Amino acid sequence: MQVTNEEILRGLAEIVNEVAGVETSEITPEKSFVDELDIDSLSMVEIAVQVEDRFGVKVPDDVLANLKTVGDAVDYVAKTT
Amino acid sequence: MMTEVVITGLGATTPLGGDVASTWDALRAGKSGVVALTEDWVERFDLPVRIAAKLAVDPADALPRVQARRWDRCEQVAVIAAREAWRHAGAPEVEPERLAVVIGTGIGGALTLLGQDDLLENAGMRKVSPLTIPMLMPNGPAAHVGLDLGARGGVHAPVAACASGAEALAIAWRMLRAGEVDVVVAGGAEACIIPITLAGFAQMRAMSTRNDEPERASRPFDIARDGFVLGEGAGVMVLERAEFAAARGATRHGRLAGVGTSSDGHHITAPEPEGIGAGRAISTALRTAGLAKSDIGHVNAHATATPVGDVAEAAAIRTAVGDQAVVTAPKGALGHLLGAAGAVEGLACVLAVRDGVVPPTLNLENLDPGVQLDVVTGSAREVELHAAVNDSFGFGGHNVALVFTSA
Repeated sequence: MQVTNEEILRGLAEIVNEVAGVETSEITPEKSFVDELDIDSLSMVEIAVQVEDRFGVKVPDDVLANLKTVGDAVDYVAKTT
Repeated sequence: MMTEVVITGLGATTPLGGDVASTWDALRAGKSGVVALTEDWVERFDLPVRIAAKLAVDPADALPRVQARRWDRCEQVAVIAAREAWRHAGAPEVEPERLAVVIGTGIGGALTLLGQDDLLENAGMRKVSPLTIPMLMPNGPAAHVGLDLGARGGVHAPVAACASGAEALAIAWRMLRAGEVDVVVAGGAEACIIPITLAGFAQMRAMSTRNDEPERASRPFDIARDGFVLGEGAGVMVLERAEFAAARGATRHGRLAGVGTSSDGHHITAPEPEGIGAGRAISTALRTAGLAKSDIGHVNAHATATPVGDVAEAAAIRTAVGDQAVVTAPKGALGHLLGAAGAVEGLACVLAVRDGVVPPTLNLENLDPGVQLDVVTGSAREVELHAAVNDSFGFGGHNVALVFTSA
């Protein structure tokens, strides 16, 4: 079943909110996880594991390191599912 | 003349209350923090101990959700107590390089260690939290308090079993006396009411099994005592060099006038039965405070309600302080907060001197004849106090005595 980018964004926002406490309304595609949403590398690992569970994708460490923005993550999930 | 060390802030979260005021009120009123455990694991493991002194206020409810999930329970209580102490001190303006933190713990992040091990076993490597190590490391409570306050003058985490909290205060005193820093936030934190600690202590035959009467289970100095009751919580003080506190016009709640530490060199867990090491710690504390035995009006005893420990401590108090001091044993009400005990009970000692009130020892109905001391029972006793001693001892033979005097 194909998920839309909007659904991925919504799911990702819920995960980021759960892990890092960032308001879901703040979590928009252009935002940088580290610089703008103030998410540290430990929380990024937690987010990656939850993304794997929710969307049934693999997020290897070398991929995770290149997911700089929320949009990067949405695009990766969209093309991998 | 060496600098004096003054106490300008107090913070706590305990089985008696979520802050200092509620804890102190309950302690004076003779209330108990010991309850029956209702968790399913009590039955599952058929634990011989089914009582504990649980926190009156769940720390996770007192913190933002994200902080609560990133911090082990013992880190949560440390930060909650430290924030209260810092506010109480009027949030001192101090250069970060002149501010240090010393928070001890006996066990550290055991809940995290076991919880994450369960995840590893049952769900696999990827489910283990990347926060596992910072949540289980025993310096975690100190490190989080240091981060919270922006301390850059050193963060230390003494580990001395049930003397950890007192040892933290002793180290703070030494740092301030040496002029290393101007302000130290110091205390202890513990939160490990879980099956493995209850089972481990129970296998040592160190715990009370008076499961049918939780409130009557912790009986320091009583002839029918049968061991300690495990508790959880944190106590933190803001300590300052007297000159620094005076310059900023801080309110003083008392002084940490002297400290003494010693080691029994006797057995890994059993106290030296005559209390010789404990007495040496008390004598050293009096000497560093420049006080005589007769100056001490009050002793806040470690007395965990184990058969051997209480009598050994009573002997130490008689030898090192004398029989004029009014004694209380707060573990009757609080249970045993392990690495937080010395800090929370030290705090009670400061308040006893400040308010001229010694809380009662709960459940002391028949004084052990081996305890020849004036122990307060029944209700709190009003008595003018200028100087008091707080004892703490830990497995490993650690002895710490602190002398608190009026402001």
